[in-house]
This record gives sequence, structure tokens and C-alpha cells, in this order.
Amino acid sequence: MLGRPATTTQITHLQRLWLYVLVGLVLAFLIIPCLIVIPMSFSGSQYLEFPPRSWSLQWYQAYLGSPEWRAATFVSFRVALLTTLLATVLGTIAAYGIARVRGLLPAAARGVFMLPMLVPLILVAIGCFFVYARLGLNGTILGLVLAHTVLALPFVVIAVSSGLASYDMNQERVAQSLGASRPWAFLTVTLPQIKLSVMSGALFAFVTSFDEVVVALFISSGENATLTRLMFANIRDQIDPTVAAISSLLIGLSVLLLVGSQLLRRGGERR
Amino acid sequence: MTMAIDLKGGAAPATLNERLLKRHDRRERTALSLLTAPGALLILVVLILPIGWLFWLSFFDASGEPTLANYARMLRPVYVKTFISTFQVAGLVTAACVLLGYPVAYLLSQLSERTAGILMIFVILPFWTSVLVRTYAWLVILQRTGLINTWLTGAGIIEEPMPLVHNLLGTVIGMVHVMLPFLILPLYASMRAIDPVLMRAAANCGATPAQAFRQVFLPLSLPGLAAGIGLVFVLCLGFFVTPALLGGGRVAMWAMQIADNIAVYGNWGAASALGVVLLAVTALILVVLRRIFKVDTFGGAR
Repeated sequence: MLGRPATTTQITHLQRLWLYVLVGLVLAFLIIPCLIVIPMSFSGSQYLEFPPRSWSLQWYQAYLGSPEWRAATFVSFRVALLTTLLATVLGTIAAYGIARVRGLLPAAARGVFMLPMLVPLILVAIGCFFVYARLGLNGTILGLVLAHTVLALPFVVIAVSSGLASYDMNQERVAQSLGASRPWAFLTVTLPQIKLSVMSGALFAFVTSFDEVVVALFISSGENATLTRLMFANIRDQIDPTVAAISSLLIGLSVLLLVGSQLLRRGGERR
Repeated sequence: MTMAIDLKGGAAPATLNERLLKRHDRRERTALSLLTAPGALLILVVLILPIGWLFWLSFFDASGEPTLANYARMLRPVYVKTFISTFQVAGLVTAACVLLGYPVAYLLSQLSERTAGILMIFVILPFWTSVLVRTYAWLVILQRTGLINTWLTGAGIIEEPMPLVHNLLGTVIGMVHVMLPFLILPLYASMRAIDPVLMRAAANCGATPAQAFRQVFLPLSLPGLAAGIGLVFVLCLGFFVTPALLGGGRVAMWAMQIADNIAVYGNWGAASALGVVLLAVTALILVVLRRIFKVDTFGGAR
């Protein structure tokens, strides 16, 4: 088996055994930190250990029993859902406009929509903080949603644009020639066919907002502090095992979102 | 009504239609272009205007007098040290990502789509997991009372816990973990696009596997690699979360200096100037990469 050629260049599996070992180690390096926290979060003792000598749900109880953590979780979900809604709508119509018009203007617009991805986050954070101080938006849900929407827009535009690239716009013209208005033609003919791309854009928007730390550190505070902001302060100042429980729950959420995104992609390929 | 008048004027129906169609076309273009307006306006208000404002601020001192002191200050040793340290960390992390990521992308690109898809989960799951969660995990693994130190002291291999975190080593380990998927994903995509027939042709022409790799595969994978390197390096320059938590104050990074200038000193001029230079360096690296390798550095990014 090991002596068999592995590729068309006739290298054998044995000759590149080192490659398999190295790649195995790198993949382990990537995955272990994502998983190791989960068993540790069920530790029954006063500090984290692996493997845990006794099991309990104490850190999950500490998380659910704390009004502070609960409030922050609620804020994060609310901001992420509102951001998803706003970014998906704005990003989808923008991607549609960019795809339909030829020329310099849409190219420039596309550039503008990619900007939030290129500008270092710390700069977005202090810029928002500065302007929000004058608009009274610091520490508000609205301020967070607007900032996160801007950060999420590139991902929605990229996802929807790639969906539109493989869609034949003539179908919409047919609908219009049969008497549908333009918005109606878009909603009933185009949107159903690019819905997987729109949904995967929405998924990206949700994750972008829910996991965002740097901007939230600056512009969210008090009762509108996000979960990530609270976690950051907690990790920096003390190592509270409650964070292990929250991390495990967040990893569970990531796995769900990952499965969702893969299903969307597979659905898109099949079509 | 216009139609009647035009017909009386003797215009042929074709030119009539042409004019109407042109006007319709123009109106449609405007309407479609306007669809980008709400999003673009939001980006203007929340991103472009604030950064423009910061740029303006960077030319004034605390009392509102115009000055270049904010830029001159960057030549002071403490700032120069931060820049050097930032570039050092970014360079180390990028190099480690290339050394660890290239073999992974290469092997996955040689496997069947199905097997590669399954192994890709190891790369994509970290990608979808919050940076904060992963940084916390590294803290749990590396700290004085963390997993590695507890195991090694427990096994009697070391007497004293090793300082694995709250220093440069911990920062680099944590950052490599965050950045590796950003290198592997675009690199993998570009390697998949390399025609396997080329490698077979090289073998037929008598190349050893190593020669075929070095002379055919490696050069063809360079644009993808350059895109990944540029992306990772630029992200490292502005990275805040992981260095702030794993550096323990011993690793000075550009982004942290900006944050400190505002949170600790309330010095907007200094923070703005630092931010403007960071943005300029970021833009410069991306533009140069795009020119040299004709790659869309951020095209494949999440």
C-alpha cells in the first residue's frame, strides 16, 4: 500500500509519509483548540482541567444565573439579528444594481462596498466612536447595528453577486414582458432562484455581527454591552471558568452555522 | 400623444423607437444605480466620513492648533519600537502560516474532492469559530496553570511551568491559529485550478517528483500563495484581540497603540495619525500585490 504510487509523478506514499504526518499535525493544531474547551467546561472542580476528574453543569448554571451575562447575550442576539436583516436587504439590492448596470459606476460602487473589509477594524472602531460621540449613538443598539451592518455588507454583496453571476437576467425580462412590474419580477422570478446565495450572505452577516469584538469594545457599553465585550473584559482581567461554558455554547453555534453554510453551498452546486 | 406629434413630423418608426428606448434605458440605468445608494450612504456615514475626520484631526494638536507633531511623534523610539515589533510579529506569523499552510493546501488539492471536502472541515470550523473563543482556548492551554504546563510538570518532565503565554510566543501561536485558514483557503482554491495533466507531462518528460513539483507546480501556485500572504500580513498589522489578550502587555502592536492612545490618554490626534499611517501601509501592500501578481487579494476571503 505504502509503496504504491500516490500521484501521477510516481511518488510513493512512503516517500511522502512526512507530508501526511505534517498535515495531520497542522490539522490537529487547527481543530484541538476549538474542541478542547467543551469537555473542560463540564468540570466539577473549582478550576478548569482536562480531562475533568468530576463532571458538573456548574459553569453553565453560573452563566444562566448571571443577569449580566444573560443581558449581554440578549443584546448580542438582538444586534446580530437586526444587522442580518438590514445588511441582507441593503446588500442584496446593491448587488442586484451592480449586476444589472454595466460601466464604471457599478465598478466604483463595488469598490465602495468592499471597503469595510479592507479597512483595519481598529480604525473603524475609533472612527465610529468619534462620530457616534457627536451623534449620541455610543452605547446604543442602533449605533451597533449600523456599524455591524457596514462590516457585514461586503460579505452579503460578494455572496449575492456570485449567485447573480450564474443567473440569466433574461428570465426577468420575460416576466416583465408578460406584464410583471420590475419589483414584482425581481421578487417572484429572480429572488427565488438566488435565495441560497442571499441566505448564505445573511449567515455571514449574522456571524460578522455576533462575533465582532473590536468595534463593540469601543461603542457598546453599560446595559447595551455585547457578549463579546463582556467576554473580552473577563478574559483579560480574570480567568473565569464561566467563559468556558459560554465558549462551548458559541462553538456549538459555530458548528450549526458551518453545517448551514455547507448545506447552502451544496444546494447551490446541485442546481 | 407624443407619438402622434412625432408621426406628423414624419419621423420613421425606427428612430422614434430608438429615442424612446434610449430614454427608457437611461431611466432604467439611473433607477438600478440608485439601488446601491442606501448601502453606499451607510458606508459613507459610518466608515468613510469618520476616517476622513480622523485624517483631518491628525493635523491638529490638543488645543486645536495645526501641527505635524502627531506624525513627528511617530519617530520617537517608543513608537518606532511598536512598528518594528508589529512588523516582526506579522512577519513571523505570516512565515509560520506559509510553512504550515502550504503543505496542507497542497495535499488537499491532490486528494479527491470528497476526501478534501471532509478534511476541509478542520480548516473551516476554526474559521467559523469566534476569534475570542479560540484566543480563550489558547489561554487555557498555554497559561502557567494551563494544560501543557500541568501535564509536563505532572509527568516530571519540567520542574517549573514554562512561560508559554503573555509573551511573544503565545501571541504568535494564537495569531497563527487565527490566520492559517486565511492562507489555506485561497491557496487551496488556486492549487485546485492547476491542471493535473501538467504534472503528468512533467513526469513523462523525465522529471523526478521533486523536480516536477519545483519546476511546474510551485511556480503555478505562487499567485495564490501571494494572495494568501498579503491577506495574512495585512490582517496581522491591524490585529487587536489576540495580541491584547495573549501578549500580556509585552508585545506592542500597532492596533493596541491606537486603542491605548484613546482609552488611556484620550489623545485623538496621535491615535488618528497612527490610524492614517496604518491604513496607508495596508492599502500600499494590497495595491502592490495586485499590481505584481494580478490577484484580487480579498476576492476569496470570508
